[in-house]
Amino acid sequence: MKKIYILSLALCVPFLSSSQGKYFSRDGKIDFHSKAPVEDIEAHHNQVSSILNTDNGDIVFSMLIKGFEFEKALMQEHFNENYLESDKYPKAIFEGKIMNFPDVDLTKDGSYELEIHGDLTIHGVTKSYNMPATMERKGESLHGVSNFKVAVADHNIKIPSAVVDNIAEVVDVNVNITYQPYKK
Amino acid sequence: MLEEETQDEVQLEYAYATFKSTRIVNTQSIENVPKKDLLFVIQHRFGRINGGIYEFFGLDYSTIRFGLDYGISDRITVGIGRSSFQKTYDGSIKIKLARQVEGQKNFPVGVSLFSQASLITLRVSEGDPDPTTQQRMAYVNELLIARKFTPSFSLQLTPAWVHRNLVTDEEQPNDIYALGAGGRLKISQRVSVNLDYMYQFNNPQKGSIYYDMVALGFDIETGGHVFSLHITNSHGMLDRYFIAETTGDISNGDLYFGFNINRVFHLGKN
Repeated sequence: MKKIYILSLALCVPFLSSSQGKYFSRDGKIDFHSKAPVEDIEAHHNQVSSILNTDNGDIVFSMLIKGFEFEKALMQEHFNENYLESDKYPKAIFEGKIMNFPDVDLTKDGSYELEIHGDLTIHGVTKSYNMPATMERKGESLHGVSNFKVAVADHNIKIPSAVVDNIAEVVDVNVNITYQPYKK
Repeated sequence: MLEEETQDEVQLEYAYATFKSTRIVNTQSIENVPKKDLLFVIQHRFGRINGGIYEFFGLDYSTIRFGLDYGISDRITVGIGRSSFQKTYDGSIKIKLARQVEGQKNFPVGVSLFSQASLITLRVSEGDPDPTTQQRMAYVNELLIARKFTPSFSLQLTPAWVHRNLVTDEEQPNDIYALGAGGRLKISQRVSVNLDYMYQFNNPQKGSIYYDMVALGFDIETGGHVFSLHITNSHGMLDRYFIAETTGDISNGDLYFGFNINRVFHLGKN
């Protein structure tokens, strides 16, 4: 199932004239790992959209749930159909802020440790998260990585008792994204 | 916030899971086995419910079919099977010709071709002429046309053609043409109700010996398995039997209880 069924395309609507502090990505990578006694499951998403504002530290992520690719086609079907209900809740969205923003200057080359705080909406349920991230600036582009955990029950995703040994209660999420200056 | 600037747009969205398993109830559904997956199907059909308590409502008798279906690619599934009913072997291929898609490309339905050959190996009664292997064979070709209307509602139309090399009854044509209609309605995340019907156009003995197949089933999905519980007026589980040789008269209460177990094995990475 290498074929990508869903391609997410981010459309940029020109917003005010000053967009120099905005950085954009439409091919960010997010993967998650579930380690359970019976099986390990992982899924990858390669079309995550995100905007980072280096003027005020705002950061936004948006992705289509159907864009997650699994090793087994049946897992992907169950993930969409039974657990995430992606017909009903097609997107996951994160809206956050770099909390230590005044202390880091992302306009200069270098590597920065960030503390990000924001709201993550999955499966129609919004929850606040604090997550550490590393952002590296090299010339024009910014490369960010982060790792955090999501408890599936926090987002009202129910795991039936029959497969409780197959799916972890807490999944590991990795973010890996490269921003380019946002051009109109 | 910047949310309004990131507006995701779906370019191509293919319909998936139009049905939960590779059968609606009796009739093949548009679902294939994913690439490099092996589907093991155990099908059970008991005797007639109207046999009463003496035959424990049919449960004293049981016919069974074992089937193995393998996904050569996401579009092509090949299968083999053996039914205890008439001691029949079968081989089949199901090819996805078109997929239902929305977005930049639009196509309203999924279309598949299903082809099956079967061989009856039941010995004839002593004194009767023994048919040759060729005469014992039958072929079924079906076009499966399905649409997933909503996440919980799907319909399928199935034009079908059955060719039997030998028919024992002189009144029976070798070829039977039929049109199937079936659908499913999800009643919960993991359970769906399925209806399956097959109308025969040219069976001269329809209404006297043979009847149109009707089936009502429930698909229950548990993760790696799909269980299908159903009642139908067809004793045979293979396509040639339920399309052209269904003998149960519903008005007489000739119904059979049956269940299928579908188990998928992953034989390799995609």
